[in-house]
Amino acid sequence: MVYAVFVVVLLASFGVSLLFGSVPVSARDCIAALRGAITGVKPAGSSVYIASLRIPRALTAGLVGATLSLTGAAMQGLLKNPLADGSTLGVSSGASLGAVIAIITRVSIPGLPFSGTTVLASCGAFLSLLLILSLAYRLDGSLSTNTIILVGVIFSMFASSVIQILVTFAGHRARDIMFWTMGSLSGKGRGDVLLMLFAFAVFGGVLFSLSRELNAFAVGEDNARAVGVNVRRVKLAVLICVSALIGISVSVAGTVAFVGLVTPHMVRMVTGPNHRRLMPASAIAGASFLMLCDLISRTVLNPRELPIGVVTSLIGAVVFIYIFYAARRRGQ
Amino acid sequence: MSALLDVRNLAVRYGAAEILRGVSFSVSEGEWLMIAGPNGAGKSTIINAVTRGVRYSGEIYCDGRDIARIKPRELARSVGVLAQNHYVGYAFTVEEVVRLGRYSHTSGFLSRGDGGGDSAVEAAIDAAGLRPMLKQSVLSLSGGELQRAFLAQLLAQNPSLLILDEPTNHLDLVYQKGLFELITAWLKTPGRAVVSVIHDLSLARAFGSRAILLDRGTVVADGTPDGALSPENLSKVYGMDVYGWFSHMLGQWGAGE
Repeated sequence: MVYAVFVVVLLASFGVSLLFGSVPVSARDCIAALRGAITGVKPAGSSVYIASLRIPRALTAGLVGATLSLTGAAMQGLLKNPLADGSTLGVSSGASLGAVIAIITRVSIPGLPFSGTTVLASCGAFLSLLLILSLAYRLDGSLSTNTIILVGVIFSMFASSVIQILVTFAGHRARDIMFWTMGSLSGKGRGDVLLMLFAFAVFGGVLFSLSRELNAFAVGEDNARAVGVNVRRVKLAVLICVSALIGISVSVAGTVAFVGLVTPHMVRMVTGPNHRRLMPASAIAGASFLMLCDLISRTVLNPRELPIGVVTSLIGAVVFIYIFYAARRRGQ
Repeated sequence: MSALLDVRNLAVRYGAAEILRGVSFSVSEGEWLMIAGPNGAGKSTIINAVTRGVRYSGEIYCDGRDIARIKPRELARSVGVLAQNHYVGYAFTVEEVVRLGRYSHTSGFLSRGDGGGDSAVEAAIDAAGLRPMLKQSVLSLSGGELQRAFLAQLLAQNPSLLILDEPTNHLDLVYQKGLFELITAWLKTPGRAVVSVIHDLSLARAFGSRAILLDRGTVVADGTPDGALSPENLSKVYGMDVYGWFSHMLGQWGAGE
């Protein structure tokens, strides 16, 4: 029943994303474009515009949103920490750093145009996650909420500074990099959709299959060990999947902060903390959320476009403060 | 017959500090072993070693098998632990927490139910008296109720060796009595044994079938509860007249009536 509501919201968000934008289009053209995309028939009129620009863009936004929310839900369970997310842990910044290095040094694997950014962003995400978690462990063995967020924020600032230094040497590509570090979905095409779909299916699939283990971690790492979870192996698997997912998302859409923090938190209020329900629902809700944020980013200052990271950060910051405030009032 | 738990020459260090050294003991079927000793003697560290929560040297055998060589799932099927403290961060229901106890009985990825799983969960819920609060969030439970939820998880896990870390911590007398009666009944089934780390020496003597006394990381006495926890041993380890203190307290109690 709850799922049905989530799916309806998802489809509605997708529809609205196709209908509205800088150029007005009719619902009929949207349907024609969608039918064309499915059957392979070449569209005509304004359907062309919808098919070539809005459908891939909306799908990319949806997949990035689903991916980031899924990683947020998984990290919040693994670390038993409701404030964990790629942006608060500093993983997104690490991924950005990796991607910026790839852009400046023009690293690439022959035959795969975007592979350099994707691979280096994923490596950046994984290395920063390892660094942040081991540092937090050293400071305070229990990986408490505040320590880990503090270390994450400090690491984010550090990574951003390094990015700034690199940007000053980037010459004419500086502007691209800056826009991209704030997140952008403009000009996304079929390749981006396929890359995200692949990542979501493979690494997201592993996370979905680990929902019982994540439940045990969310109750407590000691309890997970006591009931027989292979704690080391599961932790490593989740960290690798989360890094790959955040790295690939960042290489496609830049830094889109707070989605992975806000969505699972809101969804948990509806579904409860059981990851078997929480993760699929978070993915669906995250997809809807990012499609709507993208719609705002490209319509609110029409014809100008806001970076999507700005929109999600504005919304996310307010919700973040609310969560913190509500948790304090409950005395946690 | 091989012991359910056989610890040989166990040593644990945290950096430069030596927490345990040369600890050896074993637990056989039907026994309830009490591990006593002052704060910092290393009692809880023994438990952490047996559940592989810390690095150790020496050997630990469970049912004749080296625990360093068996999978976490298999270990959980033979050894279950009731932790001293429970901090649950999310609003899981009591039922979800109890059900996690069946994790080790399901095989690998994507598995759902397991043979006899539901009946084990139901029996555990009834044994712990949790039926009325099944769908309640664990965040809304009192300390004693939370302890019972995790006890039910442990009963659902159905290991042959129960390890209880300070089981009476935070529990009022009614819960203490209920818990100890429940464990006594559980122990009557053949093939089972219990180990508890315990501060309360009167409970240790009343319920234990054997006791070891730890002092600064080594075993100083091993035997019957009365023998190992004799007045002389306790005075030596605790540096005070434990029996005199207890008699004084009980005397006060009698005088008040």
